[in-house]
Amino acid sequence: MSKTVSFITKNFGKYDVSSIGSYMECGGFDALKKAITLSGEEIAGIVAAAKIKGRGGAGYDMGRKLAQAKSVIAEKKVVICNADEGEPCTFKDRMLLENDPFNLIESMIITGYTVDAEDGYIYLREEYCHLRPLLLNAIRQAKTYGFLGTNILGKGFNFEIHLYSGAGAYVCGEGTALIESIEGKAGRPRMKPPFIKQCGLYNRPTCVNNVESLSLLSHILLDEDKEYQTYGMGDSIGTKLISVAGNVKHPGVFEIPFGTTVREIVYDLAGGIDGDRPIRLLQFGGASGKIASSKILDTPYTYEDLKRSGVTVGSGAILVIDDRTSLIEFLQSTQEFFSHESCGQCTPCREGNRHMKLFLQKLADGTHTDKDIKSMKKIAKLMAMSSLCGLGETAQSALVSAMNQFEDVFHVKSSEVQE
Amino acid sequence: MSLSLIKNYVLTKELATKIDLILAAHENDGSQLVGILLDIQELIPNHYIPEEVAYYLAEKLDVKITNIYDCITFYSSLSTTPRAKYPIQICNSIVCKVNQNDTIFTTLKDLLGINLNEITYDGRFTLESVACFGACDMAPAVRINGKVYGYLTSRAKIENLLSELI
Amino acid sequence: MEMVNVKINNIPLKIEKGTKILEAAKNINIDIPHLCYHPDQSIKAHCRICTVEVVGSRRLLAACSTEVWEGMEIHTDTKLVRDTQVGILELILATHEQNCLTCSRNQNCDLQKLCSRFNVLNSNLPDVTEHLPIHNTNPSIIRDPAKCVKCGRCIKACKEVQGISALTYAGRSDKIAVTTAYNKPMEETDCILCGQCSVVCPTGAIVEKDDTQKVLDVLQNPKKHVIVQVAPSVRVALGDAFGLPKGTIVTGQMVTALKMLGFDRVFDTNFGADLTIMEEGSELLSRIKNNGTLPMITSCSSGWVNYMEKNYGDYLEHLSSTKSPQQIFGAISKTYYPEQSGIDVNDIVTVSIMPCTAKKFEAARPEHGRNGHQDVDIVLTTRELTKLIKYVGLNFASLPEGQFDSPLGSGTGAAIIFGNTGGVMEAALRTVYEKYTGKELKSVEFQEVRGLEGIRESIIDLGNTKIKVAIAHTIASAKIIMEKIKAGTCDYTFIEIMACPGGCIGGGGQPIKSTTDVKHLRMDALYDIDKNNPLRKSHENPDIIRIYKDFLGEPLSEKSHILLHTEYHKVKKTHDFSYLKTEEISSI
Repeated sequence: MSKTVSFITKNFGKYDVSSIGSYMECGGFDALKKAITLSGEEIAGIVAAAKIKGRGGAGYDMGRKLAQAKSVIAEKKVVICNADEGEPCTFKDRMLLENDPFNLIESMIITGYTVDAEDGYIYLREEYCHLRPLLLNAIRQAKTYGFLGTNILGKGFNFEIHLYSGAGAYVCGEGTALIESIEGKAGRPRMKPPFIKQCGLYNRPTCVNNVESLSLLSHILLDEDKEYQTYGMGDSIGTKLISVAGNVKHPGVFEIPFGTTVREIVYDLAGGIDGDRPIRLLQFGGASGKIASSKILDTPYTYEDLKRSGVTVGSGAILVIDDRTSLIEFLQSTQEFFSHESCGQCTPCREGNRHMKLFLQKLADGTHTDKDIKSMKKIAKLMAMSSLCGLGETAQSALVSAMNQFEDVFHVKSSEVQE
Repeated sequence: MSLSLIKNYVLTKELATKIDLILAAHENDGSQLVGILLDIQELIPNHYIPEEVAYYLAEKLDVKITNIYDCITFYSSLSTTPRAKYPIQICNSIVCKVNQNDTIFTTLKDLLGINLNEITYDGRFTLESVACFGACDMAPAVRINGKVYGYLTSRAKIENLLSELI
Repeated sequence: MEMVNVKINNIPLKIEKGTKILEAAKNINIDIPHLCYHPDQSIKAHCRICTVEVVGSRRLLAACSTEVWEGMEIHTDTKLVRDTQVGILELILATHEQNCLTCSRNQNCDLQKLCSRFNVLNSNLPDVTEHLPIHNTNPSIIRDPAKCVKCGRCIKACKEVQGISALTYAGRSDKIAVTTAYNKPMEETDCILCGQCSVVCPTGAIVEKDDTQKVLDVLQNPKKHVIVQVAPSVRVALGDAFGLPKGTIVTGQMVTALKMLGFDRVFDTNFGADLTIMEEGSELLSRIKNNGTLPMITSCSSGWVNYMEKNYGDYLEHLSSTKSPQQIFGAISKTYYPEQSGIDVNDIVTVSIMPCTAKKFEAARPEHGRNGHQDVDIVLTTRELTKLIKYVGLNFASLPEGQFDSPLGSGTGAAIIFGNTGGVMEAALRTVYEKYTGKELKSVEFQEVRGLEGIRESIIDLGNTKIKVAIAHTIASAKIIMEKIKAGTCDYTFIEIMACPGGCIGGGGQPIKSTTDVKHLRMDALYDIDKNNPLRKSHENPDIIRIYKDFLGEPLSEKSHILLHTEYHKVKKTHDFSYLKTEEISSI
């Protein structure tokens, strides 16, 4: 069980999450104190040097993102913490919020300082509303201690954090939809351009980061011995927080060094499969992620190796499904999710998901024809190529990867149903 | 007898006063609409946004009623129709599904005598099928008024949960 | 102006930086298919049918929303692009009620045109059309959700042009709908029935209530004496549907067509407009003289009146009590005209051709009738008249030019410009100036009140006094003025307000594709008619002089008051919360 490490999780269980004093006793706000001795560019440089990829799913270079946000010239800028962790099977941000709320607040303040923003927003999904009091308390105490408000640490730097709540919409994890929601509207994504780094919340330049990405920031700043760099494999440097669930004996969140094999994750960390059954499939990165067969077990968990095996890190989720669930049942459940969560404004996603659900029912009933399979492929491609936002783009990822990897499941069984 | 009772207003003076407090806590800021709606929905015993309340908010916040209606119908945590004192939200996403959440569905339907989206005669329970709420480590799970109840793998555990709510 | 070099289908092109791909392609005569895009609206990028390939881009890009960049290579005709566009079309078609033959937008529908263009005769996908009920409970606008493609144009028109937002998206995924709050009938919402939504709808999802059959029926009834009045702005828009250049003046052909359709007399709303000026001008002078409520605001635009009644119920005394030209004509057609012609009023049917959907509602108002019949019986929009002309198979463009009938067929140049924003103001000033000063107005054109600025103001020198006037069009602009009045910071004496952008030339009943460019052409055309009219002041119209002499007496006479003036009523809100402020409730 020593496959896990403690870098981003190093504060877990070390302090009383309701007390800023307790947090400060174990080094809390040291990172902020260090940050204010540096320039925004220098902080962005440190993050860039640590080669941190954003943990929101797209894996964008975080140092570059901060540097860009800093370089935008505007009177008012905004930092947003995306705590709308909506990908099914993903609950690592929940763990961070539950176990280290002050670190998130500190990291947000540092981000605000880095990019010259005066306002920070945490967009917390409604499903995590039980964490609201914890975060509000952390914000209040940080304010009392002068880490929020005006002239923070006597540096003439002003920053406030506002806590906003989602209301049950997966699509609000998309940056522009999230912004619409904070502005008091239905969370339907905006078209791009304009990009939010130039024109986001209330038309201000906006820097959106995932909870995990932000949480890393203060640890990286204090990591003078470059401990983080000692973890990882190849270009995937450092550690990653992953959530493993499904038919595993010990579902949970684990901090692993990049390079741990999928087998080690599933069998050593998550305890193996319920009843030691065979694995039907694994899905990486949540419902929008691709799937793989058990052939992937010996692949090291790195951005590059997973990509070579046809999947991505995505949200950091690993869903393991055993042979009691059929591939079609799995796909139907995934489709159910997207049919429920599409915002409905763009044609490919709204109508595409509607039809894919019908086609999958035919597959489940065994009444599908070659023409249906062709239509499915066509619609899946059309959705990926032309949807307005990432939801429509990735809604059929699981299906497309299933069609590639489990081709036989899609064979038309009976000649009678041929047209 | 108060006029509000005679005329059977949904939005009583008492409720309006409480709503005004929620609005004040949100700085009467229309851009905080989503949070305001959630707070009001928690306040209302059967957890929904009555039409009268939506129009009241439109007037108070100077927000278009269409904007409010759009939000209530868009976000799945918000409802235009009355729910129950305890809306039981059963996670129907893949992790709970492969952990036999059908036991939860069938057991609750049986114990409460209702189908999905129906309300028990006493107005206490309703069953809703919802997307993943991030309690996959406790699958299969339900969520009731913001609180998660996990590991509901048997009829006994589910019965236990219901008795806890009484 | 920074220019960039791009290639579209390998054709090199130098174009202004910031241009969208769709506009750039237009420059080299390539029409990229689109549904949600509308030249007068902000970009939505919802329908995705305009997706194109850009070299180096992982995904297809929406041509409506993507700006060109230096060196951009765009392909609008690859297999991937075509497959995607046709695929999207099929997805839309699978959920579209396809009763095209009986649809009021048949042959005038953007979706139908795209299907024809791509030779998509039916969708290869299962039919998932939801047969939703049609909303047809008001006299003006019908909504048919089964034909809605969710493009959002109507929502934008209502929100961005009018600032009303009666329409919205609601729900999500395949349950998303374009609807009103709580799916209420339009008339129970903030909707003013202006019909701007219907002009921008690409399909038959929002249309005017079709009253053409009613007209055909009365025209076939030999007992009925059917007369028609035509609003000024119709004659510069009607030609659109018959292949004539936009903004062509078709007054003569229109009169001939109406006569050939079988109307017994073809009259002109301009007659009503000249009477409106006589009454409204006198009303203004009387308010100034007797310290009446000022500013006085025009009330010709029925959408605007609806807005006032719904939103500014405590400020209705600012509205001129003078009826709109349509209703003044209507009242005269049912009183003076039978007296003059000897025709039994019960046999007279008054039809109006209006650029407006709200006029249908106005005509149906209970205050606009007497002795059991309405002053105006049937109102058709410009679009419906087009249908009637096509119905009887007239080769419209080649028709000889006919003349309006007497005595209600004459109008001055002042009346014709009622169709433009600023026109009522200018017409009123021409008369008010001469009545107030007793001097002849040498230069009749008030250039400063013309144009398409949302709000325009001017100071008018009336000799011993100066008055400040303002003109606003669209409700969004009007609201700014009303809020000034509410705040007590408004120093205007007289305000003209039109609900629709550009005034009636941009009305909600005008032909589809009444874009801003087209509005400019119509506006110029109306000013041309005015210029070429020897009579340019309402009080110089000999028929108007006669009707006062023979029938009405003086402007603002008792008879005028009964026939030509009206009153307005505050409309109750959907939910009135004033009860919350009462003492009885707080005591419990």
